[in-house]
Amino acid sequence: MRSRKTRRGMAVTAALVSAGLVLAGCGGSDDDKGSGEASGKSPGEGKAECAQLTQFGDLSGKDVTVYTSIVAPEDKPHIDSWKVFEDCTGADVKYEGSKEFETQLQVRVQSGNPPDIAYIPQPGLLQTLVGTGKVVEAPDTVAANVDKWFGEDWRSYGSVDGKLYAAPLGANVKSFVWYSPKMFADNGWEIPTTWDDMLALSDTIAATGIKPWCAGIESGEATGWPATDWLEDVLLRSVGPDVYDQWVAHEIPFNDPKVVESLDNVGAILKNDKYVNGGIGDVSSIATTAFQDGGLPILEGKCAMHRQASFYAANWDEGTDVSENGQVFAFYLPPMGDEFGSPVLGGGEFVAAFSDAPEVQAFQTYLSSDQWANEKAKATPNGGWVSANTGLDIANLASPVDKLSGEILQNPDAVFRFDGSDMMPGEVGAGSFWKEMTNWITGESTQDALDNIEASWP
Amino acid sequence: MTTAVPDEKGVEALVAQEPVAATAKRALSSPWASLTAIIIAVVWTLPTFGLLVTSFRPEGDIKTSGWWSAFITSTPWKNWTLANYDQVLNGSDTNLSTYFINSIIITVPSVLIPISIAVMAAYAFAWMKFPGRDFLFVAVFALQIVPIQVTMIPLLKLYVNQGFAGSEAPGGGFYTIWLSHSIFALPLAIYLLHNFMSQIPGELIESARVDGAAHVQIFTRIMLPLMAPAIAAFGIFQFLWVWNDLLVALVFGGGSLEVSPLTVRLAELSGTRGNDWFLLSAGAFVSLIVPLIVFLSLQRYFVRGLLAGSVKG
Repeated sequence: MRSRKTRRGMAVTAALVSAGLVLAGCGGSDDDKGSGEASGKSPGEGKAECAQLTQFGDLSGKDVTVYTSIVAPEDKPHIDSWKVFEDCTGADVKYEGSKEFETQLQVRVQSGNPPDIAYIPQPGLLQTLVGTGKVVEAPDTVAANVDKWFGEDWRSYGSVDGKLYAAPLGANVKSFVWYSPKMFADNGWEIPTTWDDMLALSDTIAATGIKPWCAGIESGEATGWPATDWLEDVLLRSVGPDVYDQWVAHEIPFNDPKVVESLDNVGAILKNDKYVNGGIGDVSSIATTAFQDGGLPILEGKCAMHRQASFYAANWDEGTDVSENGQVFAFYLPPMGDEFGSPVLGGGEFVAAFSDAPEVQAFQTYLSSDQWANEKAKATPNGGWVSANTGLDIANLASPVDKLSGEILQNPDAVFRFDGSDMMPGEVGAGSFWKEMTNWITGESTQDALDNIEASWP
Repeated sequence: MTTAVPDEKGVEALVAQEPVAATAKRALSSPWASLTAIIIAVVWTLPTFGLLVTSFRPEGDIKTSGWWSAFITSTPWKNWTLANYDQVLNGSDTNLSTYFINSIIITVPSVLIPISIAVMAAYAFAWMKFPGRDFLFVAVFALQIVPIQVTMIPLLKLYVNQGFAGSEAPGGGFYTIWLSHSIFALPLAIYLLHNFMSQIPGELIESARVDGAAHVQIFTRIMLPLMAPAIAAFGIFQFLWVWNDLLVALVFGGGSLEVSPLTVRLAELSGTRGNDWFLLSAGAFVSLIVPLIVFLSLQRYFVRGLLAGSVKG
């Protein structure tokens, strides 16, 4: 009796296994992908919006796989913005976003299974990948677009050894201070335009009993990164872009006296018991507060200012009025003098390709054009995206913060510099720099912290 | 020798058995023991309960106050919402049910394949005599020590070279996930089932042989029925492991979200810069449902299998 039952169980098992195998066989895709000459009549022939894409010929049935670190819900606007490309060329873009992108991309590249296109958020990672020899140099059409629409600084961040590999895509501005326009208006506070004004305002606010600044640098294994941005922003303002570049490239030591002075300037705010940590606690609470929550006390009126990038806009509770006269908005972190113009610290993504198939090159060309930048802006109704593409019409950007970021990025006086920790070697930029800044917040001296980072430079 | 020693002790044990059971019963049902058990249960359940409460609170509340404040405000129930669940279920452009089905498609073969192979291998190791048996068994046993992280890139390279992985992979990439899960499960499965199978009295097999049964009949008619609890126990282990797995799916299923299981969606739930972390509590409960159902419905086997593997013999 029992044995028969078991045998029936075995049969069911076997059937299930074989059914699974058969089903999986059906799901197999059999589209072939090979690099070749442009051929056939492009489906976008004769349409004005397809002018740049028809040269690649008919790409119907071809797939382009895209791998990024951008996940839902921010991925939707990206996918929507590719519609013009798909209509014009007939190619199909397959999207995959993962928060494990940085590790997984390297695993895939090493094992010979890279995506066609990857959005690389750090120039340092791009260098590593180019070092593997798997990244394909950007085609001429992309280079022409980059020269036309992006500044020289952006081109250099997508290049390795003078060769352009990856065209810039999106951007974000980190030199922002979030504040409450309503709170400022009620108290008669003015938005500061110089560093000294900002400190004077901080004193005024502190005198009313409100701690003027709030901050949070906890971010899992990346804890400390918001503090590195602080140091970079202040350094860029006090010593200028040239010395900043030397510091990032380690041509001057990490613990150079100028850097020590800059970090002390940061400490005058972040390690000042009178200034922090509004609505949260004392100085050491900065290290334990999640960066996502660091600025939220502004909404409760317990804190007046929070230095964080443009993407912090997504952290405000849904329904918060983020605009010039609303509940929260951002002002540009003021310069420390007139000497260096308006320094802007920021970040962005770059489009690297691992294949030279025509559909991939066509897609790279599309992404580096002003056309895509405007399509993307229109496809992002909730805001949270901006590009340094000078062909981008600011009016197409949805949210007031994005507009402000766009204006800052396109301002000819702006001196843009990429987030330094993203360009330093991983041991420092994604290791000791974060760790020592956290220790510094919790009590380590400025000199010790910078000495330790210098010692860890490979 | 071996029979004489248990004789004496066996008698003692027999005499002592009744009082021992009674003592145990008394000890376990004493009010202090009950109190301790209750306290442990409460302490253990409290975080999960907090998570459950959090999953029904609106975003602003989750970010600014602890879950207990849901009960100490003036209007405790008013703010409760299903918005988090709504966003978890419908918030992405790929429907959550796709991930759910993927999870099932990945899990079922990944449990059945290693079990069907391991049961037969265990039988061979336990009851068939062939040269190199012990060496092979130790080799299989030793494979458990290899951390799966070490194998990832070489294994993926192998798959890519054979054309199993990538965007043009057969089966959309499921083969590699099934294969990998099976590979990683087999050493432990064979070892566990072998230990259990070798505990079955040899007399049973000998008598079957006398009756004219060959290996196949012994395996299907004697071993499999006796092994049911152990198979079920290992099945649950493997099911939970595969269902909760993120690493293998991420590495070997790479190439498209069409083959990604629920865990991949959960890992992305907090958004690109982690600003949607308030969704995680709701996401945790969505993914918890299936393992919970499986565990509760097979709990009987689970406990019996554990006991059978350890105490028997």
